[in-house]
Amino acid sequence: MLLTALILMPLLFAGIVAFAPARNARGMALLGTTLALALGAFVCSQFDWGYADKHQFGAAEPFVWFPALGLNLSLGVDSVALMLVLLTVLLGPICVLCSWTAITQRVRTYYSWLLVLQAAMTGVFCARDVIFFYICFEFTLIPMFILISLYGSTNRRKAAIKFFLFTFTGSVIALAGLIYVAWYATTTSGGRFQGWTFDIGALESAARTMSLRQQSIVLLALMAGFAVKVPLFPVHTWLPLAHTEAPTAGSVILAGVLLKLGTYALYRFVLPFVPEAVVEYAPFIGVLCIIGILYGGLICWVQTDVKKLVAYSSVAHLGFCVLGLFALNNTGITGSILYMINHGLSTGALFLLIGMVYERYHTRSMKELGGLASKMPVWATFMVFFTMASVGLPGLNGFVSEFLCLLGAFQASSAWGSGLWGSLGLQPGATPGDYGPWFAAVAGVGMIVAAMYLLYMVGRMVWGPLVEPRSHAHHAHGAEDPNALPRDLTPREIGLLIPIAALCIGLGIYPKPVLDALQPPVSRTIAHYEQLRNSPRLTPTAPAEHASAQDGEGAP
Amino acid sequence: MSGRLAFVNPEIALFAGTCVVMVLGLSRTFRTRKASAWVAGAAIVVAGFLAWFSTPSLSEAVCPITGHLFSEPVTASQGQMLLPEMVPFAKTMIAAVGLMLLLAMAGTVDRADEERIAAGRATFDPLRSNRAEFYAFFLFSLTGLMLTASADDLIWLFLALELTSLPTYIMVAISTSRNRSREAAVKYFFLGALGAAVFLYGFTLIYGGTGSTNLNEIASSFREHGISTLAMAGVLMSLLGLAFKIAAVPMHYYTPDVYEGAAPQVSGFLAFVPKAAGFIAILLLTAAVGWEYAGGAVGVNSLMASDAPEALRQVAGGKQLPEVLRLTLWVMAALTMTVGNVLAVLQTSVKRILAYSSIAHSGYMLVGVIAGPVGDTFTRNGVAAVLFYLLAYGVTSAGTFAVLAALERSRDRSGEPGEVEHLHDIRGLCASHPALGWAFVICNLSLLGLPPLLGFFGKLPLFTAGIAAGEIPLVVILGVNSAIGAYYYLRLAFTPFLEKPEDDAEPVAAAPFRSRAVAAVASAAVVLALSAFGGRAMVMSLNAAKYRPSPLPLEVKHDVNGEPAAHDVAGVERAPDDFHE
Repeated sequence: MLLTALILMPLLFAGIVAFAPARNARGMALLGTTLALALGAFVCSQFDWGYADKHQFGAAEPFVWFPALGLNLSLGVDSVALMLVLLTVLLGPICVLCSWTAITQRVRTYYSWLLVLQAAMTGVFCARDVIFFYICFEFTLIPMFILISLYGSTNRRKAAIKFFLFTFTGSVIALAGLIYVAWYATTTSGGRFQGWTFDIGALESAARTMSLRQQSIVLLALMAGFAVKVPLFPVHTWLPLAHTEAPTAGSVILAGVLLKLGTYALYRFVLPFVPEAVVEYAPFIGVLCIIGILYGGLICWVQTDVKKLVAYSSVAHLGFCVLGLFALNNTGITGSILYMINHGLSTGALFLLIGMVYERYHTRSMKELGGLASKMPVWATFMVFFTMASVGLPGLNGFVSEFLCLLGAFQASSAWGSGLWGSLGLQPGATPGDYGPWFAAVAGVGMIVAAMYLLYMVGRMVWGPLVEPRSHAHHAHGAEDPNALPRDLTPREIGLLIPIAALCIGLGIYPKPVLDALQPPVSRTIAHYEQLRNSPRLTPTAPAEHASAQDGEGAP
Repeated sequence: MSGRLAFVNPEIALFAGTCVVMVLGLSRTFRTRKASAWVAGAAIVVAGFLAWFSTPSLSEAVCPITGHLFSEPVTASQGQMLLPEMVPFAKTMIAAVGLMLLLAMAGTVDRADEERIAAGRATFDPLRSNRAEFYAFFLFSLTGLMLTASADDLIWLFLALELTSLPTYIMVAISTSRNRSREAAVKYFFLGALGAAVFLYGFTLIYGGTGSTNLNEIASSFREHGISTLAMAGVLMSLLGLAFKIAAVPMHYYTPDVYEGAAPQVSGFLAFVPKAAGFIAILLLTAAVGWEYAGGAVGVNSLMASDAPEALRQVAGGKQLPEVLRLTLWVMAALTMTVGNVLAVLQTSVKRILAYSSIAHSGYMLVGVIAGPVGDTFTRNGVAAVLFYLLAYGVTSAGTFAVLAALERSRDRSGEPGEVEHLHDIRGLCASHPALGWAFVICNLSLLGLPPLLGFFGKLPLFTAGIAAGEIPLVVILGVNSAIGAYYYLRLAFTPFLEKPEDDAEPVAAAPFRSRAVAAVASAAVVLALSAFGGRAMVMSLNAAKYRPSPLPLEVKHDVNGEPAAHDVAGVERAPDDFHE
């Protein structure tokens, strides 16, 4: 009931905003998102942390949408999903506030689609039915498409189309993979067809009995969809364009939550559904992550468009996140989930800050901006702070999660060593199986690169001689625009940065409550891998024996 | 006798309506002439109700059938149909979509003449008037479509298909007074005649191979004696001819030109009626061949190589069409959707985009034909998926074309109002005509297959049935094609909403026929309603897809123990071998 309200609340306000007078639109949107935030806090307080791995708040009798398809609207959150829901509802009011003065055209359209987007994202995290998940997952595309193509900058139409097509193509293939799993689950349920189920829990236990070959195909299909969303290295090309062209709130949501849909889906579907294939191919995915980390970082270094720089830094950061996820151990996965939240906070804040500068100077080029500390000291303070959080300065949130991801990768040798060489046709153990440290070491170089480009950016923009766009200098003296913002941040802008900053410090200094809360669901996921590791692992040359060994053990 | 006629009650209602319309349309008083459209609508509504409530149950052992309407069935097998429950569903669907199409047809013909008469500058001349013919042909075509659904005999099927098609040629020709329409009609007619010749030839080959024109007897013959090369050649030839009706590769060339040449509401008619006829005929033919042949080397069976659980392999282990037929349909499906989508991406004319996309949708539906009615759940039954998709596509495309029909640009030199042609004509439609604009957005997003709209729930069972039938590569092609389709459907859907018209652009106005706008909005409303509460329609289409594989030899198949009898297995296993003889 609570979760239903959490999804319906933004939708309700989207309807109100769409038909209310335009001057009330932003106020109503703020009210709606704030109420959703309050509701989110209430859900959090009602959550039974003792059973954090259980999906809570689900209705006993979920609403059946299409009985013929086996499609239910079943909801439920465990602690991982709850964290991400909280992140979503927290960013809601922030996105409304950061658009407060920036959006002047078609205001009602803007805020109502923003609210629809929030509802769809909440739905993704709350869904306990694969098809319902997919519906929400896909439906996030439409609001984002509209936000980018109506309110973006010059190249917005191309960016929006590219964003839509990349993610849509991938997720249709992922849908095929999920349906394959559902079909498999039906065929193995006693050998008879008793209707289809798309319940995630039911599919999870059935999917694990698939043979390695089937699992690999499902893995491929799922990765096709979710890696695009994350985005991982070869399919990341839509992201910088979309980020650059999107309005500030769009970028914040994109970085804060939409990318997390991909990593969340990896956590929710890929890891539990196809463990054997994951073990088999984790090293390859790890390599892709590392390429993303280094390549993304190096591209950042040569950017002059500051928004594009932060966008590419997302590619690198999410490389860490997925690397931790595919380390397949407790440390790595916990770190990865924490990384999802931290990246949402710090990168979201960076986009906010860049948006604030853009609103004042109408440029994002680092050639035209520099030494802003002398003009905008408050802004500069926050900029340095969030850059440090993003770089991973110890004491701030980025450090904890990045460290945990790397540590997880460092310890991941037992999973990766055999898998990588096994898939190359070599016997496990024929070569010393300690690759985790190498992965971690190379990825660690990415941290240094990240420090370099982010500090370079801060050095250009915050310190050094003052550089302002030439056109702006004329405007500033004239001060003819009554709506023009003051030079430094307004209380509204400071107000929306402070909660994020507080969370960054809190999660940096004392992340233990969050880490503890994540333990139960993560251990549940890990359990299958522990079991796999302890079972006599066989090379893919004898998959039949392997499958039967798995069958014999049964689901826990 | 009357019991058997009950079977064609809807067609009789439509035909009665046709006769009345033909007379009314020639009346000298305008009000009476105008009533012909209302009579046509009433006939369709009555036919729909009759189809749903008064069609005798064909699951009974012996029942009246169309092919033997006026003579007693000779054998027991003639008294049964392969897809017995499809008839009421298909006919009701035809009536429902037909009603929307009819609403969009208002004022298609005689518009200039009627205006002159109303202004007192001319008097009514029955020789110049096309109204009676137009509505009569509309009803004739629907009658033919309904008869197609109830066909159980090749000759009947051929006549029904022709009754569906012949009126459409004339409807295209008289839909506008431009030469473009006549050119389109001629092109459509000659290619249509070619298509008809091809499938007629195919039918004769099937007759030659089996010695019967009764579909049920053909099915029995296939099961008892295997499919001879001659008969299989006939089936393939018929498919090729029917590909014209559904606008599938390689018989798709006419589609964009004809759709562009005809008035948009008539294009909407072409997008549903011949396509539905073609698919129903294809389903009947493939049902006669049957989906019970041992699986080939492609698909799930290769996935299942050696490491799959035994139970799973048995379930997936090839119940499919004969390999050569499956392969033909497979290639046809893959090519059709790819060609349709890729070429649609390159178009700038709205009607041409919709024409190519209509080709693509045929490709999607062929996946369901290949999958076949293997399972008894909606998610596994390809025929149910095809029927539901036909409904979804019919409603949605009727809405899309109705929006185009409800808009017009300024008149050209001949006094004919201009049509919406290019994408830039519909810019800003959501602001200037909100109801039409949003109806267009909703319909196109649904055609895109965006969840949670109807198009997605139409495509989902194609996915599930395809995967359950082991056609995983084809399903992936289907997925990729949906993504290609997303490109142009996004443009169509968001041009009215996002783009602003250029300052010097000639504004589009609403056509002075309110029922066209009503058709558009009603379609969009039905799309939304079915998206939310379409579960009932899914169950209905599943019931409609009940497949009676083969009445005589497979009777024992429904044994309590589920153990197939020996001769049955032999018959099924033998079939593909016989084919090579």
